[in-house]
Amino acid sequence: MDWGAIFGNAAVELISPTTAAYALAALGLAIHFGFTGLLNFGQAGFMLLGAYGYAIPALKLGWPWWACLLTSLLASVIFALILGIPTLRLRADYLAIVTIAAAEVLRLTFTTNEFAPVTGSANGLSEYQRDLLTLNPLPDGRYGFGPWVFSDRAWFFLILGWIVVILAALLTWLLMRSPWGRVIKGIREDEDAVRALGKNVYSYKMQSLILGGLFGTVAGIIFVMPRAVVPSYFQPTLTFFIYAILLLGGAATILGPILGSIVFWVLLSFFSGFIARAVEAGWLPFMTQVQAGQLRFILVGVAIMLIVVFMPQGILGNKKELAFVK
Amino acid sequence: MEPTRTVPTRSRGRWLILLGILISALTLSGIAASPAVADEGGTDDPAAEEEYEYFFTGNVQFEGEALEGVLITVEGNGFDAETETDADGRWTIGVPEKAEYEVTLDQDTLPEGVVVLEGQDTVTAEFGLTKRKAVNFFLGEGQRVTVNYFDQVVQRVVSGLNFGLLLALAAIGLSLIFGTTGLSNFAHAELITFGALMVLTFGVNLAWPLWLAIIVALVLSAALGWTLDAALWKPLRRRGVGLIQLMIVSIGLSLALRYTYQFFYGGSTSQLPGATLPSDIRFGAVALSWVDLVSMGVSIVVLLAVAFFLLRTRIGKATRAVSDNAPLASASGIDVDRVIRIVWVLGALLAGLAGILWAYFRPGVSWDMGFQILLLVFAAVTLGGLGTAFGALVGSLIVGLFVEVSTLWLPSDMKYVGALVILIVVLLFRPQGILGRRERIG
Repeated sequence: MDWGAIFGNAAVELISPTTAAYALAALGLAIHFGFTGLLNFGQAGFMLLGAYGYAIPALKLGWPWWACLLTSLLASVIFALILGIPTLRLRADYLAIVTIAAAEVLRLTFTTNEFAPVTGSANGLSEYQRDLLTLNPLPDGRYGFGPWVFSDRAWFFLILGWIVVILAALLTWLLMRSPWGRVIKGIREDEDAVRALGKNVYSYKMQSLILGGLFGTVAGIIFVMPRAVVPSYFQPTLTFFIYAILLLGGAATILGPILGSIVFWVLLSFFSGFIARAVEAGWLPFMTQVQAGQLRFILVGVAIMLIVVFMPQGILGNKKELAFVK
Repeated sequence: MEPTRTVPTRSRGRWLILLGILISALTLSGIAASPAVADEGGTDDPAAEEEYEYFFTGNVQFEGEALEGVLITVEGNGFDAETETDADGRWTIGVPEKAEYEVTLDQDTLPEGVVVLEGQDTVTAEFGLTKRKAVNFFLGEGQRVTVNYFDQVVQRVVSGLNFGLLLALAAIGLSLIFGTTGLSNFAHAELITFGALMVLTFGVNLAWPLWLAIIVALVLSAALGWTLDAALWKPLRRRGVGLIQLMIVSIGLSLALRYTYQFFYGGSTSQLPGATLPSDIRFGAVALSWVDLVSMGVSIVVLLAVAFFLLRTRIGKATRAVSDNAPLASASGIDVDRVIRIVWVLGALLAGLAGILWAYFRPGVSWDMGFQILLLVFAAVTLGGLGTAFGALVGSLIVGLFVEVSTLWLPSDMKYVGALVILIVVLLFRPQGILGRRERIG
């Protein structure tokens, strides 16, 4: 058994841009779910808007990177408004159903052949990174040490991704200790009490939905930068994975989503690497390679159940600050 | 414009006729002889043929006879042009660039009884090393049924009713569970899949008779509902786990079960016996298969039985009482836990049945088939009013009809989009749903 490769792959996940993207998406969800108590199950939709909102203007209109970024963010704000206006006055589970439905509407719209000239349909889009890569200050070539040897392009996206994650975490930290953050947390604990203090709960919820959604959108951009974008990335399962990360790290914490993402991806990579090689080595004769690949999803599902029941506060959370609305 | 449907006949061999001919001297002389015909009907530029150096050519024949006046269009690269075949069935279109074009044969201009093989009336063509490219269409004998718009609507409505009824089976279970326990059960999708997978296991893999396989599948579905409540949900209720937590547990359960199915059954789609029967029973404009009829009949009977259960039996009344106000029901001597157990068994049974019918409606059994309609079921329940059993029925019929009828003007890969958009719009104007009451929405 090649333990070096298993540990090496797991170590790569420690800092990979995918980990950064999931961390940022989970941080957005922490604002929604952990701090405000909003059940957003459409984070995949926000990420999709980020990915396509960036890729489509870049490819079809040839816009510079900052204009593409702005398009994404604008699309995300509009999406949040559409979701929030009908549902934020209703009970929490209505938002859950509407957000998951809206995210699916987006995914199906970007999958259909009808708009293939713009969206690339199920084949997706690629090569939209060119303008951003002109900013890449790193010299050509592959470098790094240990398991972390990447091309200059991969390093660039990786560093960019983690800088954004750190900035977003700082912003969230500042916001949550501001008066705004206290109102938000008050809404989670007791909406009526906050309303009695004369705050416009609806408006605060909307601001929270927009802000967390923007984080998800930027996460979507980071996620697709090192690869090509296809609509099948943005299935409801993606949102569920992000929930798993958030709950693992701690829903009402700043560093929880980041730590959660790192732990999640390292463990997942280690686990699937180990199982795949164990099957190869004939240790698990009842299992095929394909089945070994599916085992990880079963594991994530079981992990979500166990964490929610036995450790609802997550790794970093405070048991007193329960992250669940009643 | 009148939409048309192509029904190639299955029995007789399709005469693959034709086609295009090519870079033969024959074709060249043909063009030379009738340049005007070749480009008749017009491009933007009447002199196209002389100007462009690249040509698409072809020869449309059926059973050795040339077909005249068949409309051919070329589109792509910002250019489009059309032409009709001449008396020898030949056509030629000049194009400005060596690039990829879509060449389409307009089926409506073919003579009666001749069709292009399904899905092949548009060909993507690209030039090779030469400046001429032959484009072939494969013609066959068949019936082109021109269905008028009204008949199409009727067909879609019947199909939508069928779909709506099977959705209702799943939705009522989901709604009852929501009503009695407050849980939005995302794992309901896996209960749907379970029914179909069990029929597949017993009816196909073990080759038991279909009726026996279905009964076993339904019994196992009910047993799964019992087990889930006994092993998972009841202990969690005892612990006093919050509703939102329960909902996330159901998401985890859904994920784990779904990939467990994939683990054992693989990612492919299998068919149940009889799933591909032809639709040969006609009522006026509506063509149905036996399976469709049985499916609708079973749904209606079962839904009536559920309605009877809820309205007329003691347990049914107790269920509605628990739905309304669990502490009050408990205080009046109703065993709430027992009612919830019954609701889980009933819900899982109905979901399993819905899964079997869905396997025939799609048609096909696959590991994620339940998850594909989960959101439609949620949409139906929310539309009707969360927690109201009859609302779920009304919501399901609306969703089913909408999904099917919308295929008349939406591309079929977007048919679920319409239903989900309706869900969002309804919440905007009537958040409590069609039959819901205002106080439920908090």
